Amino acid sequence: MTHSPCFSLYRALKASVVLAALTLSMPASAALKIFACEPEWGALAKELGGSDVDVYTATTAQQDPHQIQPRPSLLARFRQSDLSVCTGAELEIGWLPVLMQSAGNPKIQSGQPGYFEASSAVTMLEVPTHLDRADGDVHPYGNPHIQTDPRNIGKVAKALAQRLADLDGAHAADYAKRAADFDARWSAAVAKWALQAAPLKDQPVITYHKEWAYLFDWLGIKLAGTLEPKPGIPPSAAHLQDLLNGLKTQPAKMILYSAYQDNRAATWLSDRAKLPAVQLPFTVGGDKGTDDLLGLYQVTIDKLLAGLKASAP
Amino acid sequence: MLTRYSRARRIGVLLCCATPAAWAADAGNAFNPKMSLVLQGTFADYQHDRPLSFGGFLLDPETEARPEGFSLGETELAVESNIDDLWHGWAAISFENNAQGDSSVSVEEAYVNTLTLPEGLAFKMGRFFSDIGYQNRQHSHAWDFVEAPLVYQAFYAGQLDDDGLQLKWVAPTDVFLEFGAEATRGANYPSGGNHRSGVNGETAFVHLGGDVGIDYSYRLGASYLHGDSHDRQSNDSSDDSDSGNTYLFTGKSDIVGLDGVMKWAPQGNATRRNALLQAEVFRRHESGDVTLGDDSATTAYRGNAIGAYVQGVVQFMPRWRVGARYDWLSADNQVPNNADGAFDIVADDGHDATRESLMADYSRSEFSRLRLQFNHDDSRADGSTDNQILLQYIFSLGSHPAHVF
Repeated sequence: MTHSPCFSLYRALKASVVLAALTLSMPASAALKIFACEPEWGALAKELGGSDVDVYTATTAQQDPHQIQPRPSLLARFRQSDLSVCTGAELEIGWLPVLMQSAGNPKIQSGQPGYFEASSAVTMLEVPTHLDRADGDVHPYGNPHIQTDPRNIGKVAKALAQRLADLDGAHAADYAKRAADFDARWSAAVAKWALQAAPLKDQPVITYHKEWAYLFDWLGIKLAGTLEPKPGIPPSAAHLQDLLNGLKTQPAKMILYSAYQDNRAATWLSDRAKLPAVQLPFTVGGDKGTDDLLGLYQVTIDKLLAGLKASAP
Repeated sequence: MLTRYSRARRIGVLLCCATPAAWAADAGNAFNPKMSLVLQGTFADYQHDRPLSFGGFLLDPETEARPEGFSLGETELAVESNIDDLWHGWAAISFENNAQGDSSVSVEEAYVNTLTLPEGLAFKMGRFFSDIGYQNRQHSHAWDFVEAPLVYQAFYAGQLDDDGLQLKWVAPTDVFLEFGAEATRGANYPSGGNHRSGVNGETAFVHLGGDVGIDYSYRLGASYLHGDSHDRQSNDSSDDSDSGNTYLFTGKSDIVGLDGVMKWAPQGNATRRNALLQAEVFRRHESGDVTLGDDSATTAYRGNAIGAYVQGVVQFMPRWRVGARYDWLSADNQVPNNADGAFDIVADDGHDATRESLMADYSRSEFSRLRLQFNHDDSRADGSTDNQILLQYIFSLGSHPAHVF
């Protein structure tokens, strides 16, 4: 039995549409639906959007943002969103393109007003001049972990508020008002944190991945080494031994790792080098008291200062 | 405003982003498509090196076991890019050696798909791996075991790949719900043969998926395939002699399938530890005529076949995974005109094929994988069993691979 392509597709489609109509109930919410790739952008969207937005955060602080799977639940939410707010700079390269291609949502494709890339609002650090996979999983557009510097949050907030106003003109004045309010609170907080963090300047620390480049750039902290031998390559026994040996000639103050990372390598080195291992929240939800952006940086600074105190001879 | 968006679109061609300085620096090749090359190779040790044959099954002539000894698997060159704001294109060219050492170049996939159709619709045309089943649309380098499951080898010659059109629709629901249909040339097994005008292969599928708590996620699927064949060719490979008969099947094949995958990752973080459980079952009904290749005999043929596999894979520490798979395949055929045993290939359906596999693999990074696999294979039609050891490498060069669920 041979049919024309149109007839066959039509027949199969008719069955699909009938089935689909039976299973659906259309939500009737007027709020702008936002798909936030990472928790910090979800929190920022809530600050700026208030009751005018409905925010879905795709990942948590316990998840490695490089290693997210494009799960069916993410696809279903991506399909229904009016705006996606993501870091960009290839942080989501392993999963966001799959969502874009499979979700059938023209509004939030890259290049559309409904796709907002936070990294386009800040100056990127560690942009490699030379690309080689032998250097590990390097990001060709620079280090994507921009949220570790709160000054970047301020820059992204301005750009995101503008984008919200562009997309939802009816509430443009509300977005502008919330953005001005946030900016005032944020500038004061950043100035306060910089003062509190002054003792951290020029202190050498060891980190798990190169995820704190922006924080270190802000506070003047020195990177003394990483637990990963290369970005994206898990810590190995041989590399940790090298780090331990190196600490004898070039001491460090503490070992930092993030909520989503395995603590065993940090604990191993901490025990042998007699250095405090400090778990930082990395993003909103990564620790107690980090349910919003203000809490995130306050906890980060407090933990860093506590780590420095614990390492004092 | 306009300039900002058009700049963003230009960057979007690369499906990534950049600061102005970064993209200006390599503007000369910024529009080049993303490319990747996958290198695969195996070493296989069999107790009995014989061609594949399953009791009661007509197989596609290209359904082959991995050659014994060292062999280069499929080398796959993939190119993809957004074409404009509506279209995205993807092509995967495969360079392969068969068991006789002959090399071939084949277009595995070459399609364009829409990015910006409204309301959850997506359209694809060209040659593509069908979305029926769960494993079917995964390229072989993403498989968790060296070979396709027995049911895929028997029903789809390893993987259903055809030329045609696909339309999918994702429902606007918080639970993932997707419907799709394909209309194809029917050029590949289980369709095939002559008279390929119009549509000779049709599929429909539905997928349902979501999360259970923060640790688990799942996808369930159901699929249907109808294929028309006219003198679809199969060889008798059950003995080692080259004088094996050729069989031509004319008729229709209908396959219904159910598939499911459940993935576990503590806190949803798969980096350190994760696991998956995957199972698929397909039931096939075929009816038509089978003729000997030299036209010396013909018989009516009605066949019912069922096949399934279940597999589990666990990453118990970074870089290391272990897995197990159980395969099963069974046929029940009616072959009225087999007086002189000419059609024993379909009439001898008494032996159910089974295979148990164990594997361990090591991935230094997400771009490389080394695998050791052991099979206890009881799939051959004559009932002889075989213990098999396979070593495999899979390396991926070039742009970052996207992970599919």
